[in-house]
Amino acid sequence: MNIWIQIIGILVALGVLGWLFRFAGQKATNNKPFFRDMTFGVAFGYALGAAVLLWILTTYYKAITADGQVEVNKYFFFRTVIEWFVKFSIAAYLFRLVFRYVGTAGTRKLFRNMPLTASFGIMIILVYAFVAIFAGVIAPHGQEEVFAKVNVLPGGDPAIGGDPDFPLGTDQIGRDLLSRLIYGAQNTVGIAFATTCLAFLLGGTFGFLAATLGGWLDQLVSRSVDVLMAIPSLIFALLLMTIAAAWAGSNKELLTVYMVLIIAVIDSTRVFRLARAVGLNIVVMDYIEAAKLRGEGLGYLIFREILPNATAPLLAEFGLRFCFVFLTIASLSFLGVGIQPPLADWGTMVRDLGQFINFAAFSPQTASLPLLAAGAIALLTVAVNFVVDWMLHKSSGLKE
Amino acid sequence: MSADDPLLSVKGLKIEGRSDETWNPIINGASFDLQKGEVMGLIGESGAGKSTMGLAAMGFTRDGCRISAGTVMFDGVDLVTASAADKRALLGSRIAYVAQSAAASFNPAHRLIDQHTEGPTQHNVMSRAESEADGIELYRKLRLPNPEEIGFRYPHQVSGGQLQRAMTAMAMACRPELIIFDEPTTALDVTTQIEVLASIREIVEEYNTAAIYITHDLAVVAQMSDKIKVMLKGDEVEEADTRTMLSDPKEEYTKSLWAVRSFQRPSKPAVHTSATPVISVQNVSAAYGKVPVLHDVSFDIHEGRTVAVVGESGSGKSTAARCITGLLPPTQGHIEFDGQMMPLDYRKRDRMQLRQAQMIYQMADTALNPRKTIGELIGRPVQFYMGLTGNEKRRRVEHLLEEIELEPTQYINRLPSELSGGQKQRIGIARALAAEPKFIICDEVTSALDQLVAEGILRLLAKLQDELNLSYMFITHDLATVKSIADEVVVMKDGRVIEQGPKDDMFTPPHHPYTDLLLSSVPEMDPDWLTNLLNERGVDNIGDAAVDKM
Amino acid sequence: MASILRIIAQRLALGILTLFVVSIVIFAAVNMLPGDFAQAILGQGATPEAIKAIREDLGLDQPPVTRYLQWLAGALQGDLGNSFAQANFASFAGTTATANSASVAAQLGPRFENTMFLAGVTAVIAVPFSIFLGILAALYRNSVFDRFTNIFTLSSISSPEFFLAYILILFLAVLNPLLPSLSNIYEGMDFGDRLTKTLLPALTLTLAVTAQLMRMTRAAIINLLASPYIEMARLKGMSPMRVIVKHALPNALAPIINVIALNLAYLITGVVVVEVVFVYPGIGQLFVDSVKIRDIPVVQACCLLFATAYILLNLTADIMSIISNPRLRHPK
Repeated sequence: MNIWIQIIGILVALGVLGWLFRFAGQKATNNKPFFRDMTFGVAFGYALGAAVLLWILTTYYKAITADGQVEVNKYFFFRTVIEWFVKFSIAAYLFRLVFRYVGTAGTRKLFRNMPLTASFGIMIILVYAFVAIFAGVIAPHGQEEVFAKVNVLPGGDPAIGGDPDFPLGTDQIGRDLLSRLIYGAQNTVGIAFATTCLAFLLGGTFGFLAATLGGWLDQLVSRSVDVLMAIPSLIFALLLMTIAAAWAGSNKELLTVYMVLIIAVIDSTRVFRLARAVGLNIVVMDYIEAAKLRGEGLGYLIFREILPNATAPLLAEFGLRFCFVFLTIASLSFLGVGIQPPLADWGTMVRDLGQFINFAAFSPQTASLPLLAAGAIALLTVAVNFVVDWMLHKSSGLKE
Repeated sequence: MSADDPLLSVKGLKIEGRSDETWNPIINGASFDLQKGEVMGLIGESGAGKSTMGLAAMGFTRDGCRISAGTVMFDGVDLVTASAADKRALLGSRIAYVAQSAAASFNPAHRLIDQHTEGPTQHNVMSRAESEADGIELYRKLRLPNPEEIGFRYPHQVSGGQLQRAMTAMAMACRPELIIFDEPTTALDVTTQIEVLASIREIVEEYNTAAIYITHDLAVVAQMSDKIKVMLKGDEVEEADTRTMLSDPKEEYTKSLWAVRSFQRPSKPAVHTSATPVISVQNVSAAYGKVPVLHDVSFDIHEGRTVAVVGESGSGKSTAARCITGLLPPTQGHIEFDGQMMPLDYRKRDRMQLRQAQMIYQMADTALNPRKTIGELIGRPVQFYMGLTGNEKRRRVEHLLEEIELEPTQYINRLPSELSGGQKQRIGIARALAAEPKFIICDEVTSALDQLVAEGILRLLAKLQDELNLSYMFITHDLATVKSIADEVVVMKDGRVIEQGPKDDMFTPPHHPYTDLLLSSVPEMDPDWLTNLLNERGVDNIGDAAVDKM
Repeated sequence: MASILRIIAQRLALGILTLFVVSIVIFAAVNMLPGDFAQAILGQGATPEAIKAIREDLGLDQPPVTRYLQWLAGALQGDLGNSFAQANFASFAGTTATANSASVAAQLGPRFENTMFLAGVTAVIAVPFSIFLGILAALYRNSVFDRFTNIFTLSSISSPEFFLAYILILFLAVLNPLLPSLSNIYEGMDFGDRLTKTLLPALTLTLAVTAQLMRMTRAAIINLLASPYIEMARLKGMSPMRVIVKHALPNALAPIINVIALNLAYLITGVVVVEVVFVYPGIGQLFVDSVKIRDIPVVQACCLLFATAYILLNLTADIMSIISNPRLRHPK
């Protein structure tokens, strides 16, 4: 009950603060429209925002001045999050600043009007692409290499069970976790990317054909897609993976290939819907009618007239689909039926390291291992989503 | 405020719009006064900032716009600096608004009468019951059918012209002193428009309401307003009372606007009846699915002649064009080209047959692929039909650009988005010419363009016809365009040909009653035109009411 | 009114047809297994006689169409067949599996109830919260608040459910022991206890769903606020509150209902991962376990159950938006 009284007390205090803020503003600015027309809700919002900001600052102050291991450990995560947030923001700002002066005239113009979130997204995507391509060069050890030292703790400090050779420690059979994290970029991202491409090839082809030709082909494919989409995708993927597992037997690589195919087919239904909708919007244009009346063939219509006008929505959809596929694969791996060991993969790593989360109070580094792998997944999807959000915003802004 | 102070006084009004992260001017300083009961026509081409100005007169700006300077004094209150609450008290009760699209501006979820009574009850002018009775009275005055009953319908159950009058009634609900009419008849057919115009004028006069009437149609504004203000790209051009403005415009731009209607191509002599027509439409009927849209339509188009097909929306004029091109194969009848039967479906026609009949579209924006350069757009038919490539193709494209009066080197590598509306329409013409056709269908090619630009397109089409001996099928709803370019006229209504013949016969009496109604409904520049027409015919013999009697 | 009933009847028929086709797809997919159930149950080393016995026992010697119809008829009566895992155990124990102990339906029942409880708690928290925030973000679009929530929701959508789950566990269970990180629900628990144990998984799902729900609500409202009739209401001098309540909300109902149904449907997928993280005894966890040990009848049944819930939700959304459309409710 006590907690409810506290909450109500805080709300009332914020309300009073908001009212005072508005009143003071009105007096100080001699009733400028900004304060004069401010509703109480908005004033309350300002007070709430200020309170949250204050809480973050005081907690961070407590975190940096924390005394004793227990206190430090308690604030470890909060402090890390804040510090990384600031670091990433600065990096994104610098990244945007550099590309405002470097590159072609087109990209320079692009970066000039870019929000910070989008440049952050592009930066992260580039970093991931780099790590994925050069994983073999960057990683200190091989992804399947097994060392004698098992369960080395992260941090690299021998005094508390670490080893400078393995900055993030090793897992229960002695594989270097840093290397597996880096190789994970190659495997997880690479497989997701290939799957998305396949889904686009399938869905895009059928979608544009259905939009252009219409008639029975459109009906047949659209109705089949309706049925496939009536089964939730993760559930359907799990069902098909059960069957695929029976077919693949003990061949782990074959199972991964099956997984790519299964997810590509399930996801291509969503691509089909979008490609068909975009195609239909373009097909009704007069220039398509003009091309038809000229006597142009199907190939010319699709590749020369429709496709060039569909690139913007398709590109945005590619980003969103990639995120979706990436998360689906990560979830399957986390559930133990996705990418198969010995390939290093983030979803599997989270599952294997998950229980370390309970050590947060006395060894925060260890507890951050599963969060690191899961965060690696989240960071990339956040980055892609930021970029897509900006692209969609831009294209909708141009239309108006 | 003394008795002779203006009701509304706008001074040095500047409005800016936000695009590409900067504020760009939309209105560069406008000033005017409006007395009680005075109607001002605000006229200009698209992009002149008329609507923005109309809303600003209510102290309102759309999202992404702001008033950067100036004052809007309404009865002693500056609407630019007034608080939101003060403005709300004025809006709807003393200043009202009538939007262009009544269908979109009525809330689909509420009955008309509920939306009508909302203003008076919320502003505490009348009780709900009083306001309801008053609404029915207003509906009756605006000559809406079934005034007692129509208010209890939902917007989608009422036709466009009726909705526009219901919206005028709603604006009148609190008996405001000022109403802003934002192009209230632009989306309507001419026969519907005239009824709405007559009712708006009557009710504004009856209640001595001041009004700002925004439109791009000079003839309409001539009927409605006491004075006219002309705008061009956010600048004031001139302002004068209606009669002076019409008879004696001062500025060059205004004069050019007035002069547009003078273009008239000389009619060509009638063709020998024995000559083979280029296109002969014979007893064609067509249907969309099971809904019949064309009934036994026949007409001929001869070499070097222009046949104008006239009708209101839904008359089947565009469907006739779709039948000729083969996009909608007729259910009955056939189409002959140069005396030879054409396959009905375009997919069965050979390249030669497709080449001979070309089409120019209403919306140049959707008729040109936005991702292709001008050179590619015009070059494709050159290559596709003539087999020209490389330098030969380029020379041909350059020649075509010269034909449509665009400098080849300057335009050949541009994208359609880098051209103005009129230039885009010219590219559409060049693309049709590239096929070297004998016959071109022009589907409302000038109706999306401003009058000056449209005039240029008409002149170009006439010149090309003389040079290349082309035949045109000219689909339009605008009788002024028909007068200026046609040799023969086909009048259509509800999928049937009502009347056809040489232009001069069609424009001299006696007419078929429908043609007569159509001709008489087109507003003229004479400010007394509407008054005279109403005196001559009576309010019940104009517009849709007259159509219904036929 | 007659036309609206006809449209609803059509949608219902279409929904049932879809469900029927989906059941065929699920059945057909399972029949693509190499060998057959019997092999799957007994493993590689089974004798031909044993396989034959089980085949006859399970009716596997019948043609596929007959088996499908039997399965469907059973499913309609609540009989979803017997679990392999349970059957195996029974035969090892030397007893014949009784219908009750090994029946899929008996396994699903209590777990289904648990899952519905979890989804219900999530919906109760997430729906009002996110619709309120969504409307707020739409009203104050492009403000600091809107930009901040945009970043927050995008990040939340982008994170896999297990990431959100571990973050919540870290802060709410490990560092500050407020809630239990394991959801050991059992029958006969009192409601308060059960709610506390369900809260962490429900909060995880809330985070995942709120982001989607909020963004979609915001988009729907912004779309609506751009309509000319909203501008008209403002120009009639109506107060902001009245514009929202009287003019925007009646028209926003259909899109918002749609958004809610879509996201509840999304919950169905999300529930699987979250149940695994918190070891919550619901359908999702049973499903994943059965997938791993290839307990086909359970997989089949879970799949059918998820698909049914999904189709029903979409159908509800469809019908609700038809009912709330004034054009259909008041035909010309």
